[in-house]
Amino acid sequence: MAHAAPDHSHYYVPHHARWPIVGSFGITALVVGAANMMNGSDFGVYLMYAGIAILVIMLFGWFGQVIRESVQGYYNSQVDTSFRMGMVWFIFSEVMFFAAFFGALFYARALAVPWLGGEGTGAMTNALLWQGYDAVWPTNGPADLGGDFKTVPAFDVPLVNTLILLTSGLTVTMAHWALKKARRRALVLWLAATVALGFYFVYLQIGEYVHAYTELGLTLGSGIYGSTFFMLTGFHGMHVTLGAIMLTVIMLRSAKGHFSDENHFAFEAVAWYWHFVDVVWLGLFLLVYVL
Amino acid sequence: MSNTAVANDHHDDAHHGPAKGLMRWVFTTNHKDIGTLYLVFALFMFIVGGAMAMIIRAELFQPGMQLVDPEFFNQMTTMHALVMIFGAVMPAFVGLANWMVPMMIGAPDMALPRMNNWSFWILPFAFTMLLSTLFMPSGGPAGGWTLYPPLSLQTGNSFAFVIFAIHMMGISSIMGAINIIATILNMRAPGMTLLRMPLFVWTWLITAFLLIAVMPVLAGAVTMLLTDRFFDTSFFNAAGGGDPVMFQHIFWFFGHPEVYIMILPAFGVISEIIPTFARKPLFGYSAMVYATASIAFLSFIVWAHHMFTVGMPLGGELFFMYATMIIAVPTGVKVFNWVSTMWRGSMTFETPMLFALAFVILFTIGGFSGLMLAIVPADFQYHDTYFVVAHFHYVLVTGAIFGIIAGAYYWLPKWTGNMYPERLGKIHFWWSTISVNVLFFPQHYLGLAGMPRRIPDYAVQFADYNMISSIGGFAFGLAQLLFVYIVWKTSRGGKKATAQVWEGAKGLEWTIASPAPYHTFEDPPVIDDSKLAHGDITH
Ligand SMILES: [Cu+2]
Repeated sequence: MAHAAPDHSHYYVPHHARWPIVGSFGITALVVGAANMMNGSDFGVYLMYAGIAILVIMLFGWFGQVIRESVQGYYNSQVDTSFRMGMVWFIFSEVMFFAAFFGALFYARALAVPWLGGEGTGAMTNALLWQGYDAVWPTNGPADLGGDFKTVPAFDVPLVNTLILLTSGLTVTMAHWALKKARRRALVLWLAATVALGFYFVYLQIGEYVHAYTELGLTLGSGIYGSTFFMLTGFHGMHVTLGAIMLTVIMLRSAKGHFSDENHFAFEAVAWYWHFVDVVWLGLFLLVYVL
Repeated sequence: MSNTAVANDHHDDAHHGPAKGLMRWVFTTNHKDIGTLYLVFALFMFIVGGAMAMIIRAELFQPGMQLVDPEFFNQMTTMHALVMIFGAVMPAFVGLANWMVPMMIGAPDMALPRMNNWSFWILPFAFTMLLSTLFMPSGGPAGGWTLYPPLSLQTGNSFAFVIFAIHMMGISSIMGAINIIATILNMRAPGMTLLRMPLFVWTWLITAFLLIAVMPVLAGAVTMLLTDRFFDTSFFNAAGGGDPVMFQHIFWFFGHPEVYIMILPAFGVISEIIPTFARKPLFGYSAMVYATASIAFLSFIVWAHHMFTVGMPLGGELFFMYATMIIAVPTGVKVFNWVSTMWRGSMTFETPMLFALAFVILFTIGGFSGLMLAIVPADFQYHDTYFVVAHFHYVLVTGAIFGIIAGAYYWLPKWTGNMYPERLGKIHFWWSTISVNVLFFPQHYLGLAGMPRRIPDYAVQFADYNMISSIGGFAFGLAQLLFVYIVWKTSRGGKKATAQVWEGAKGLEWTIASPAPYHTFEDPPVIDDSKLAHGDITH
């Protein structure tokens, strides 16, 4: 960057963004690879990994550039507000993505399954197509897809996971508090605790999946229950993993001395994201496990 | 930094012009460049999707099977819709927003310029992938753009590519929408309060909200299709306790707001053009804002009017019928206000105004046929007939696309610095407006008489109207080539445009030179009420 000194009176408009087009190639390689893999070709999986690698490089390059500009002081408070709005609306889009799957769960439980069992307008459906189907949740449908299965009890590992995530919400808030008081050591330690809790959650969740597949007979193929269970918890787990990675980056940056008590958008963005992941889990715990 | 000379030194490359060559367009972060990219891409996709429509109308010219086999015909109807919706209409409006929103609110650029670049540059990749499915051995998707299972799950190898293309379009739209919201909420010049913003900015603010709310839902829906197809899930499989109708609910929860995504920005464009050529301020500015917001709110609770015939509890049918009909109220407010704006105005009829007037009349016809379709017992008759096709083409072609074309004529002088050839513009208008009615109006009758849509052949009693419709279609297609020529010619030269361009034009965008300099409003403008067209202005 040829700029001699940052100029705070103007909104900083960068020039020549080189990373987005890299991202486009990355995302295309990723999905073309994945599609080929699903269609059964051998090279698909490699192309997919190549795409992921390109996207990771893109993220490092892009965010690295933004961080350098931020550290050099190019961003005034208006730029900061733009970033904040971007993050808030991105999280809102994520909320709506989960809403689609929660909606599917609600529709199946409250409407589709009872109809298959003969309720309401489904009387003839049941009598003609699925006679004798006992529509009780959890169900893998009238054709008993995937065979017998048991569900994961709520007040076991899922409860532990709930406590873990709630605690991590607390620790990340403590980290924020430490940052505002300019206590660098406490900041890094609280973040480390959050990261540890996050990854421990993922670890326990993987254990649950293995348990479900090997002992409970509960798989993605276990009818509508398996579908909604694994897609909701799976997408949530992916978001926890992503959030934990983002927290790790924030922790490393904090250790390097980034962020000040006034200027720490990236920290807050990740913290918001973490709280969002937390709230989704509470919904999951209640609607998928308990009820 | 108070000393502007010093600031300029620091910004040595902020004041430069565009870079040279192809890389200017690939790396650009400039809202005008990106707006141009979006608009050119949309125009290209409009031609591609239009070519598909020509194939459809050629096959339907006469009863019987003549030109293409039914499988390919179905691919054409499916792809025509996907290309026109996600490739032409939506990117065109994002392009208009990119160009105009920063200039209308006095901002130096979009709020997140790098992400702006990515929003656009995902699209060519997504559409290359989507269009490439036509050349795959199994052919492209043929189950309709709505991708209803179980039919769509029988698509061949192209299925996963189609789903991922939709994911990419969604990512692009969401990033574009986030950028537009952040720009409007955060980048307004001092004094440009919310209720002083031009209506085009308002409609885009609300549209962007709709986009962020529903594009992820579409992503969720198609993800469930993908896992049903490849990973053993049973979301839409009754044998596993799922329900194919559930897909329709999730899809149309996206789909109905989507139609407002495609029409609200057009409302905005029309609300800019009519006051300019009527030389009067927009009648009922704040009513227009509230009407737009009401339409957006209602759009979330009417989705099942697309599925009255699938079998829903009676209470559901009634709820969705009444909720849908309520939308006619805020829409009526808008039409009333446009007409009232023209009342006793000193009107002139340049091409943008002609398209705007045609929009008001023809979009209203589409609105009325929509009202007919909203009536449950009537819809039982109309569902999946050409009446539906006629309805949504009045809304989307003479609505959304006429809005885009009107906007293009209105702002071309600002973009290029040249006036378009007025005579050719008028020819384009009359040719389009007459042919589009020849094309779509007979389809109302075909539908009422019972001709089903998405079928390559039909009974002989439908022959006459189909032939008329096809002739209108070819004429309309040809007219758009004239439009491409006009745009190209205007970009190359012509009568020089003034800064204000139109005698009655008001607003910040008309205070800067034509063509608009590469960088505008690097220092926020001083808002002068006499220069504003809209809002809480005390006259
Ligand atoms: Cu609708």
